[in-house]
Amino acid sequence: MRTIWIITQRELQTFFDSLIAYILLVAFLGFSGFFTWLYGSDVFFVGQASLQSFFSIAYWTLFFFIPALTMRMLAEEKRAGTIELLLTKSVTDRQLVIGKFLACLLLIMIALLFTLPYYFTIASLGEVAHGAVWCGYLGLILMSAVYISIGVFTSSTTNNQIVAFLSALFIGLFFHIIFDVLAGSFTGTMGEVFSTLSLSTHYESLTRGVIDTKDLIYFFSIIVLGIVLSEVSLSKRNLV
Amino acid sequence: MDIQIENLSKWYGPQKAVDDISFSVKTGEILGFLGPNGAGKTTTMKMITNYIAIGEGDIKVGGTSVKNDPEFIKSHIGYLPENNPLYLDMPVIDYLEFCALLQGVTKAQVDERIREMVRVCGLDAEKHKKIGELSKGYRQRVGLAQAMIHDPEILILDEPTTGLDPNQIVEIRKLIRDLGQAKTVILSTHILPEVEATCDRILIINKGKIVADGTATTLRKQAQGQEVVKVKIEDTTSSEALEALKELPSVEQAAYFNSHQDQFEIQGKPDASPARDIFKLCVEKGWVLTELTPIETKLEDIFRDLTVN
Repeated sequence: MRTIWIITQRELQTFFDSLIAYILLVAFLGFSGFFTWLYGSDVFFVGQASLQSFFSIAYWTLFFFIPALTMRMLAEEKRAGTIELLLTKSVTDRQLVIGKFLACLLLIMIALLFTLPYYFTIASLGEVAHGAVWCGYLGLILMSAVYISIGVFTSSTTNNQIVAFLSALFIGLFFHIIFDVLAGSFTGTMGEVFSTLSLSTHYESLTRGVIDTKDLIYFFSIIVLGIVLSEVSLSKRNLV
Repeated sequence: MDIQIENLSKWYGPQKAVDDISFSVKTGEILGFLGPNGAGKTTTMKMITNYIAIGEGDIKVGGTSVKNDPEFIKSHIGYLPENNPLYLDMPVIDYLEFCALLQGVTKAQVDERIREMVRVCGLDAEKHKKIGELSKGYRQRVGLAQAMIHDPEILILDEPTTGLDPNQIVEIRKLIRDLGQAKTVILSTHILPEVEATCDRILIINKGKIVADGTATTLRKQAQGQEVVKVKIEDTTSSEALEALKELPSVEQAAYFNSHQDQFEIQGKPDASPARDIFKLCVEKGWVLTELTPIETKLEDIFRDLTVN
């Protein structure tokens, strides 16, 4: 546990040292703020004291930002050879992967923390369903965790950051929208399967304020799968 | 802590990178690991440090097999990988702190250890710079500092003196020798004088197999067999001297040395030393012996003999 935390701390430090963190925060808050308050189906247009518009914007902005954060995590270590340094210290592959995963998740949580003023503002405008808001935040965190674990995995498969970024987006796109579209065009069992696989189904049920074990199991199984696959992909160095 | 390597093999696809090697290194011993490029040095080191899994065979460190407890072994090894990878965007001090914490140095001891390493590796002037701003030699020192930060009992150094200037090389060699008295050190290098200057024992590996194992002196004896001396004689004609030298009972062969007419290269018979006979001959004939130098086989020659087929 201590080892994981040391790695997480260093990763976070790197985020804040290299401006990545600030760029992410500014861009994320800028986008989500703009669309929540100023443009399109914003809060005033909808005319309800609800954070739905923010959640649907964040759903998309995080989807694009997360692969940009995760792409360098393992790919860069592999390219520079520093991974050899880490793994020959008392660090297991798993600790390394989880440490990196947590660092990225913490950064996203910091970004989400800065959107809490939206919530307070809207709460002062009218009656807000507080449960739904907190569930929405939980949904965003779980969704981010899913994309981070996918991103860490793609980053572990290559030593090229661009490849890691694009393949994370590609895999993410299936969960984000393609399974949902497929679910709509199939009926019966196939439709059921795709609807279960689609992340948006589970995310929407959370933002409506319903915490269902099925949804939680869905999120956690993808997260665990991503982490395990990253570990497997790192251990491939033994074969080549 | 001892390192024991037992019948270790490793395949990279169809290629056998390490082929059934066995050796052991004791505490207080500095082992020089030599071999041409691609001989399997780095692969062996990566297996000892648990970066890659072993193929067949076993590696035991302090009696513990890598198969059973790799984490225990890792925490007792300080490793400087080939090409010395570093986080270029980190300041030296932060980097050393990160390494120390990862290796399980307690918070209370971290500062003390960093100070010690900065002093030992001569990093004082550069300690607040980012690693990316340092010259190659200083980066190499940072690499050494991170390897030794947790005071490991075993040091594995893959080409530790590349990129250092001659003064630094002397310092680092001295450092390795000092450390080697209490620790187990394996170092690989291409620089042959370095092995002689630093190592107690030399292991030459070629195409994954061990081809020589011993001290520099024993390797020389094995390679040389007979004694060879270079002689310079004055006050005589060269042909007369050559004839007389060939007649000596302990001399197997005598010839002009690099076609200088007054210098000769003389090879003794096995188990006989021609030097005394040559001296007596000169005294008898009244010649002046101005040079008598034993020619040692160079380590380079031994290395070439063993690794070029």
